[in-house]
Amino acid sequence: METKAFQKIYTKITQITKATCSLKATGIGYEEMAFVHGRLAQVVKIIGEDVTLQIFSGTEGVPTNAEVIFLGRPPVLKVSEELSGRFFNAYGEPIDGGPEIEGEERQIGGPSVNPVRRKQPSEFIPTGIAGIDLNNAIVTGQKIPFFADPDQPYNEVMAMVALRADADKIILGGMGLTNDDYLFYKNVFDNAGALDRIISFVNTTENPPVERLLVPDMALTAAEYFAVDKKQKVLVLLTDMTLYADALSIVSNRMDQIPSKDSMPGSLYSDLAKIYEKAVQFPEGGSITIIAVTTLSGGDITHAILDNTGYITEGQLFIRKDTDIGKVIVDPFRSLSRLKQLVIGTKTRADHPQVMNAAIRLYADAANAKTKQENGFDLTDYDERTLNFAKDYSDKLLAIDVNIEVDQMLDIGWNLFNKHFEPAEVGIKQEFVDQYWPKN
Amino acid sequence: MEKTNKMTKGTVAGIIANLVFVEVDGPVHQNEICYIDLEGTKLMAEVIKVVGTQAYVQVFESTRGLKVNDTVEFTGHMLEVTLGPGILSKNYDGLQNDLDKMEGVFLKRGEHTNPLEDDKKWEFKPLAKTGDVLEAGGWLGEVKENWMPHKIMIPFKFEGKYTVKSLTDAGKYTIHDTIAVVTDEKGKDINLTMIQKWPVKVAIKAYKEKPRPFKLLETGVRVIDTLNPIAEGGTGFIPGPFGTGKTVLQHALSKQAEADMIIVAACGERANEVVEIFTEFPELDDPRTGRKLMERTTIIANTSNMPVAAREASVYTAMTIAEYYRAMGLKILLLADSTSRWAQALREMSNRMEELPGPDAFPMDLPAIISNFYSRAGFTYLNNGESGSITFIGTVSPAGGNLKEPVTESTKKAARCFYALSQQRADSKRYPAIDPLESYSKYAEYPELEEYFRENIDPEWPEKISLARDILIRSREVSEQINILGDDGVPIEYHDRFWKGEIIDFVILQQDAFDKIDRSTSLERQKYMLNWVLDIYHTKFSFESFEDVGSYFKRMINQMKQMNYSEFESDKFKKNEKELNSLIEERKAE
Ligand SMILES: Nc1ncnc2c1ncn2[C@@H]1O[C@H](COP(=O)(O)OP(=O)(O)O)[C@@H](O)[C@H]1O
Ligand SMILES: [Mg+2]
Repeated sequence: METKAFQKIYTKITQITKATCSLKATGIGYEEMAFVHGRLAQVVKIIGEDVTLQIFSGTEGVPTNAEVIFLGRPPVLKVSEELSGRFFNAYGEPIDGGPEIEGEERQIGGPSVNPVRRKQPSEFIPTGIAGIDLNNAIVTGQKIPFFADPDQPYNEVMAMVALRADADKIILGGMGLTNDDYLFYKNVFDNAGALDRIISFVNTTENPPVERLLVPDMALTAAEYFAVDKKQKVLVLLTDMTLYADALSIVSNRMDQIPSKDSMPGSLYSDLAKIYEKAVQFPEGGSITIIAVTTLSGGDITHAILDNTGYITEGQLFIRKDTDIGKVIVDPFRSLSRLKQLVIGTKTRADHPQVMNAAIRLYADAANAKTKQENGFDLTDYDERTLNFAKDYSDKLLAIDVNIEVDQMLDIGWNLFNKHFEPAEVGIKQEFVDQYWPKN
Repeated sequence: MEKTNKMTKGTVAGIIANLVFVEVDGPVHQNEICYIDLEGTKLMAEVIKVVGTQAYVQVFESTRGLKVNDTVEFTGHMLEVTLGPGILSKNYDGLQNDLDKMEGVFLKRGEHTNPLEDDKKWEFKPLAKTGDVLEAGGWLGEVKENWMPHKIMIPFKFEGKYTVKSLTDAGKYTIHDTIAVVTDEKGKDINLTMIQKWPVKVAIKAYKEKPRPFKLLETGVRVIDTLNPIAEGGTGFIPGPFGTGKTVLQHALSKQAEADMIIVAACGERANEVVEIFTEFPELDDPRTGRKLMERTTIIANTSNMPVAAREASVYTAMTIAEYYRAMGLKILLLADSTSRWAQALREMSNRMEELPGPDAFPMDLPAIISNFYSRAGFTYLNNGESGSITFIGTVSPAGGNLKEPVTESTKKAARCFYALSQQRADSKRYPAIDPLESYSKYAEYPELEEYFRENIDPEWPEKISLARDILIRSREVSEQINILGDDGVPIEYHDRFWKGEIIDFVILQQDAFDKIDRSTSLERQKYMLNWVLDIYHTKFSFESFEDVGSYFKRMINQMKQMNYSEFESDKFKKNEKELNSLIEERKAE
């Protein structure tokens, strides 16, 4: 633990709550870091001489005469090439047995990029998964979460996407990760021979929940170093942001703030936006792309965490099990990539947008037919055909085990249209029909 | 405030996030601006409450590192913007700092940049003459800003009448050169330059009267122009869950709407959406003038990662700039995305101050704040008989997509057009997802506008619109019955009725914002296509079974969509139209 001569040391705590303690101190900066009884803490409120600190690992066992050492600076991370291949805890301390990092000290949670210094994202990130590339293409500099029930294999999908995306660095921010999942990530990255371009900041379920609050800022400070200073393409994986938001609510409730919807703090939108808006494409080539996981609570899609996330991110990818084919799919209805129009049809084949939309429309018709069927009505011939189409579509394109190129996805789309429908039923621009409708 | 007054100073007494308590040594006023000195960096802040000798200030920047006893200087004025030539085409932050003048990739705390250019010379042309008597907002002369005549006016803060004593000759001047000397009612001479300042939270009232809006503002969006028209000088809002198309719709309006100037306030939403405007507008043509879109656009960007307290400032800054240009006799369209973020910023602050919360913890006076803001829009007759207008359209982002929440409800009372985006329509990719039946335009019922439609579009226009609405309503009704009774549980006519509504939905309501041709439709073309779908509605078709109905109408929809994708009256358009005609002949009943 670092202690230096100029640091202010106090030993008289006046108040202790579950997450915070207060004491009388002077000359303290807002958001300054401190050690309280050897635990890392941060200043969250100053009224005159009364300073309130949030203790990340909780206040259990903290005595009123505990030593409080102010560090004279906000939270920092040391950045350099040495970060590559390393595993850290939420404070940025190595947990892989390796040496301390030598490098420049940077404040985490730093300033925002001037919007006029950003570049419009335009580089397609192919993942091989048609539920993403065909229907919800993602680009560098985008921020997009997976929305999934806790029992879905979201960590597996995210690891797969990360390894297929051609990124210079992959930075994992793990929050409330189970030890098994942590080891899973370590393993897949290792097996892929990718460890040297991976950096991880991990808070597991064994660590105190409030510590998680530091993880995204740590991961993104490292990301900014590589994207700005080294002009690299950086992919940041944040899992699970629901557990991050839960930690926010723990803190704000303990500080007696008026909760808003679903007992989340009223500032949830701004808090999450500060993280996600770090995604950026720079004109010089560097970029930060954020792929996150937000797990659903009891399938509630109007829950404040999900809702605020949806308002902030550039789309969302819903993953769920399709019981008809017994596979996990990327649901085409609620999923959306808001930046797809920057690449589809221009960076990919010109028929891409129309094929995508037509297939989803037909899939929606199938959903209607299914409701009809469930309500005991007779199905028309068209209904039957949409149902058959939906099964094929789900199996050959939506399932997450698909791994093909975009052109192939489009060709499969045309083949399925041809198999089940007439051109007029598909409703695509005539020039594309002329060019791509299979001639048999 | 007089310069001779000693400026009030203070020291920081407490800090909770961006709420700072300042112990002051003299008078302060509500909404006064002050600067907090953080090791040489000046953090701008606004007084939002005063208790005894403590001023509560909201800081427009991060307070990280701020300490008790840091010094504070008060300025004696409220948050002001600088008004003068050079605003057009700028990218400002919420406090009117020119973002392009800032150094480096990251925004620096305490960095303030000049909103205008000190040295640039403008070609000035006098409009007034010596001896003319003018009031605040009176036109002294004009300069060409891009291609717009930018009026140089008697400052809005001036009260009473002013006689023009002298006026410079036509020629090139900077914004700081004296271009006129005017004499006030007491005989005092005042030198005027091209710039003036105005406090953003106060409405500029330099006009003679504000009549009810009476003309259509063309947007090129069919579901708006045809079914829920907005008037020039009108107000509207777009509530919708995330992903239903609020921003795409606003961008479409900013590209296509028939206005002299567009002001976009990006309030607490995504930075990449502003980047899209920065990137595309300098390249895109303004369909009406052939110039680049950026030449008529000003952007106020306070995105979600920028200081929360400045969100409120950003919408007021945008409105004040709009009022300034309106006083020049221009037609302004002001767009704000999203007003909910501004309301949330108010909520965060009100909670920090431990005020008694209203519904959903929003401040009690939220409805008043919103309606006050919307009331600043409007069509105006200026004192010199010319007219200018501000049409305002804001988006609302209701939590959980539930329209029964305070921001939506308060806005509904203030705005006259309601463009409700429906999750269901967005899910089925029926874009723009404006629910045709939930949504309304109160202007459509104004006799002034009805008259305007009959004269300018079609003598029968109001009747046609209400027929189109009825068709949609009946289509929805039968679709519910079909769902309950089954396809063969209802007469074939029901299917016919259902599909005639679907034709209006697919051909008129749905519009592809990303297609070069379909994205904007002229009024003439809107009328043409509406006549088409109504003709089809009036046509009797014969069908053997209900299954024929759907597949037949789908072919018809497909044919008409091809028309929408073709240049109006082009060969391709006519070819598709001919095929549509023969398709109709196939099943036309006697
Ligand atoms: N008129 C439209 N035409 C085609 N696609 C649209 C249209 N409106 C919205 N979309 C689609 O919906 C997505 C979300 O729209 P957006 O305006 O960003 O939603 P919101 O602002 O309501 O969250 C867009 O990225 C686009 O894919
Ligand atoms: Mg939006």
